[in-house]
Amino acid sequence: MTRANLIFAALLAVLLPLSLFAGRVWINPFADVGAVADADNIGLILMELRMPRAILAVVIGAGLGAAGAAMQGYLRNPLADPGLFGIAPMAALGAVASFWIGVTWVLPIFALIGAGLGMALLAAIAGRTPSGAGGGIALFTLAGLMIASLAGTLTALAITMAPNAFAMSQIVLWLNGALTDRSWDEVWIAAPLTVVGLGLLFIAARSLDALTLGEDTARSMGVNPSRLLLILVGGVGLTIGAGVAVAGIIGFVGLIVPHLVRPLTNKMPSSLLVPSALAGACLVLLADSLVRILPFVTELRLGIMLSLIGAPFFLWLLLRMRKGEL
Amino acid sequence: MKLACDTLTLSRGGELVVNRVTSRFEAGHITAVVGPNGAGKSSLLQGLAGLIEPAHGNVMLGDQDIASILPATRAKHIGYLPQNAEIAWDVSVRNLIALGRHPHGDAAVAPVEAAINVMQLERLRDTPATRLSGGERARVLLARVLAGTPNWILADEPLAALDLAHQVTLIDHFKTCAKEGAGVVIVLHDLALAMNHADRVVVMHKGRMITRGAPRNALASDVIEKAWGVKTRWIGVPGQRALATLGM
Repeated sequence: MTRANLIFAALLAVLLPLSLFAGRVWINPFADVGAVADADNIGLILMELRMPRAILAVVIGAGLGAAGAAMQGYLRNPLADPGLFGIAPMAALGAVASFWIGVTWVLPIFALIGAGLGMALLAAIAGRTPSGAGGGIALFTLAGLMIASLAGTLTALAITMAPNAFAMSQIVLWLNGALTDRSWDEVWIAAPLTVVGLGLLFIAARSLDALTLGEDTARSMGVNPSRLLLILVGGVGLTIGAGVAVAGIIGFVGLIVPHLVRPLTNKMPSSLLVPSALAGACLVLLADSLVRILPFVTELRLGIMLSLIGAPFFLWLLLRMRKGEL
Repeated sequence: MKLACDTLTLSRGGELVVNRVTSRFEAGHITAVVGPNGAGKSSLLQGLAGLIEPAHGNVMLGDQDIASILPATRAKHIGYLPQNAEIAWDVSVRNLIALGRHPHGDAAVAPVEAAINVMQLERLRDTPATRLSGGERARVLLARVLAGTPNWILADEPLAALDLAHQVTLIDHFKTCAKEGAGVVIVLHDLALAMNHADRVVVMHKGRMITRGAPRNALASDVIEKAWGVKTRWIGVPGQRALATLGM
């Protein structure tokens, strides 16, 4: 196990139980269960509220972290974020559609359909670059940005034309991302899709290393750009789509985490994937624990918390880039 | 293993960049591809490496059309060094050279260490590759190709960023590779290097191969005048030729 994997696995091993015990109701793990008056309630809080929430945080964080590392490796750009490439906004658009029609139990399905459409569009536009024509990655980036822009506009349209004020507030709240009141149902939706997505990203790992030397060299080393793009679209689409389907938009994790991890690795894109998944899990778990214990009247949304952390971090990255440190 | 192209025609963005080039490249030889800017040298090299789908004709590697060979298999046989290879991440020299094993899917140490030794990069082994000088970078990128132990080395202006001493080292190493049986095809701008060190020369002009053969024939003054539009005369003795320009 590499140093980065060890560090973030140990951190996760500490954070996971902590997140189970932290919250509006603090649970003392060392208390004598027989002496606790409401032991049943505590068991309920642990198993039905905090456990699925913590597992979702781990699953979604792992997906976002690994997808971020993969996208930065693919685009050879430390400022790449999986959210920029249309799949998350398309998933959000699908989810918003379910609020719009007032049938929220189909939300995860609509979100996954949205993510699937985003993936299909991206693959159809960018995946057909004729061999040797060049511009594959540029085309992918532009296509992703345009899909994101279109999905964002349609989401804004859906908000402004919401059938009633309640639906509008639900949409806006949901778009900010949260793990509040999530159950095992959401875990069973997100976990298998994320696992498959992570599997695809790990399949792409060696090709991402070859891309370190540019597209032409990678192709000469046997990388099939069309196949790589499809694997990545599938991997990123499943991990991001699954996350958005159960938790809404959670930004910045995919951007920040690879930067936290990179100094602890040999900088090869493949060496970032596992530690980025672990670090992403740690970050989302930590942020979700914080939103639960911060003394606000209503719980702060997870997406807002991560953006509050992420935006200043992004600015710091830009400053480092300006100084030539990146 | 032979490498040959037959009426190879390549286009980029609808423009013909290589026009019906037929040639056979010999294993165990250094072939220099020369020509004025925009002659199609780099495109020809990419076509030979199987990186551009021919608009017409084909490239044969051994007895197989290169288009029918799996990219990973092709990469084991052909090591390609592009003109302006980028290095995206701050990886160490050793890890970058080890990428040469990518087509083989292994982490063999011996060929990587051999490439490091040959390119005299022991001192830079742990240096981040993005902090190298132009010459060091060129040597590291070529070492990456060598670590793959390919049958064919196709290098696009590999000497361009090197000082004289490293040019000589690299040329000597290409000769060693050729002696050991590899085929070497290099794009060169320096006609004297081609004249003195190549076994064969291919002269490209406006996408067409206007001549090929032994350096003294392919780089005759009349050929240079036809392709470059410059009157020249070779001076010196064989193996130590220099090109004197006599005007346009």
